[in-house]
Amino acid sequence: MRTIRFEDIVANLRNACIKANFELPNDVYQALNAALDKEQSPIGREILSQLIENADIARTERIPICQDTGTAVVWVELGQDVHVEGGFLIDAINEGVRQGYLEGYLRKSIVADPLRRKNTGDNTPAHVHIELVPGEVFRVTVLPKGGGSENMGRLAMLMPADGVDGVKKFVLDAVEKASANPCPPGIIGVGIGSTFDGVALLAKKALLRPIGERHPDPFYADLELELLELVNSLGVGPQGLGGRITTLDVHIEVAATHITSLPVAVNINCHAARRVSFEL
Amino acid sequence: MKESQEYIALETPLSNSDVERLKSGDKVLLNGIVYTARDAAHKKLVETLREGKPLPFNLKGAVIYYCGPSPAPPGRVIGAAGPTTAYRMDPYTPELLKNGLKGMIGKGPRSDYVRRAMVEHKAVYFAATGGAGALLSQRIKAAKVIAYPELGPEAIRELIVENFPLIVVNDIYGRDLYEDGQRKYRRLP
Repeated sequence: MRTIRFEDIVANLRNACIKANFELPNDVYQALNAALDKEQSPIGREILSQLIENADIARTERIPICQDTGTAVVWVELGQDVHVEGGFLIDAINEGVRQGYLEGYLRKSIVADPLRRKNTGDNTPAHVHIELVPGEVFRVTVLPKGGGSENMGRLAMLMPADGVDGVKKFVLDAVEKASANPCPPGIIGVGIGSTFDGVALLAKKALLRPIGERHPDPFYADLELELLELVNSLGVGPQGLGGRITTLDVHIEVAATHITSLPVAVNINCHAARRVSFEL
Repeated sequence: MKESQEYIALETPLSNSDVERLKSGDKVLLNGIVYTARDAAHKKLVETLREGKPLPFNLKGAVIYYCGPSPAPPGRVIGAAGPTTAYRMDPYTPELLKNGLKGMIGKGPRSDYVRRAMVEHKAVYFAATGGAGALLSQRIKAAKVIAYPELGPEAIRELIVENFPLIVVNDIYGRDLYEDGQRKYRRLP
C-alpha cells in the first residue's frame, strides 16, 4: 500500500493547470510545424504560422494559448494499492484546479447549473475520470478542453450492419459539419463500441494520446491512418477557411459492445490540444 | 507575425463605403474601438433594444468582437483574447444589424438568415484566428468593462485594437469564404 498526500495532489494539479494553458505539448507544436510544410492554401499557411507564433508567445510571455482555458478534464489512473491521506481525492483535484485557475489568471468558464447558468467563479468543478488500475500507480493527466471544440462532439448508435463504412461516414460527416467551429486542425477522437455512455468516454480518452502514436491493434492503427487521409481530403483546412490540413491526427479507442450495437462517438480537440501529465 | 502589403487598413467605426470595398477573402488590419460581447451580453443587448432603452454603446458603425478574454495578469492590459464561435450569437444578430452594427469578429460559419441580414444591412463578418489568444492579445492596447460587469468574462468591454489581423469571411455581396475555401480544397466526391 502506497500513501499519497492530499496536499501533494493539490499542488501538482495547480501547477499542471497553469503549465497546460501556457505550454503547448511538444508533439502538437511539431505537428503544427509539419502541417505548415504540407499546407497548400496561402491563408491556411498564414493561419498555421500564426498558431506557431501564438504558442511561442504563450510560452515565453506567460499568456494563455487560448482565452478559453477550458473545462478542466482530469484523468486519473489510480492504482488499487494507493491510499490518499488527508482528504477526499476529488476534493484535492478541485482545490488544485481552483488554485491553478485563480493564481494562473486563467478564465473561469464553468457555470454551476446548465439552465440557471451562474458562474462558479473558480472553474470548478473539474470533470474527473478515475480509471482503476492494478498496483501503486498514481498518474494524472489534465486536459483543459475548450467549449468550441467540445460542442462539435457527436454520438450515434449505428447498426452492426453499418460496419466500418458506417463509422467512416459518421466521422467524416461530423468533421465536415463542425467546419471552422472546433478550431481545426486539432485531433479527432473516435470511440467505437461500449455503450451509449461508454462510447463518449472512449472518444474523450482518444484525445489523451500524443499525436503520431498509433493504436496498438494494427487493424485500428490502419483505420486511424485511413481516416486521417479522408478527413484531410474534406478541404475544411486550418480554421475552416479551406486547405489540406483539417486535422493533425485521428485517434481511435474501442471496447466490447452488445450484439445489437455499434456505438460511435466523435470528440474533437482544437489545435490548442493542451495536455499535461504527472505521476506521484 | 509578418505584415504585408496585401492587408487593407481599416478604422472603426465603419461606414458604408468602408464595407462596400471589402470582399470575402480580403485580409484586414483593424484599428480603433471594438466592443466585446458574447452569448449573455447579446441577450441583454437585444432585450434592451426591445424595451426601447439606450444601449451601453453606440451601435452605428460599431464592430462587435465575440470574445471572452482571460483575466489580465498584473501589468497587462488583457489576458488571452481570441474569438469565440459565432453561430451562438446568430439568434440576436439580425436585430443588431438592423440597428446599425457594421462588423462582427468571430470564428465559424453563420446561419443563412444572418448572411441575408448582412447583405440587407450592409455589414461584414470577419474571422480572427481562433485559439490565437496570446498573439491577438498583443494587438489590444486598452481594455475596460463598460457594461454588465456581473457577467465576468462575458461582460461588454471596450477594446482599443491596433493592427488587429482579420480575414473577411462574409462580405455585403453575399460571398462566404468558408464555403468557397473549402470547395476549392475538397478532394472527396
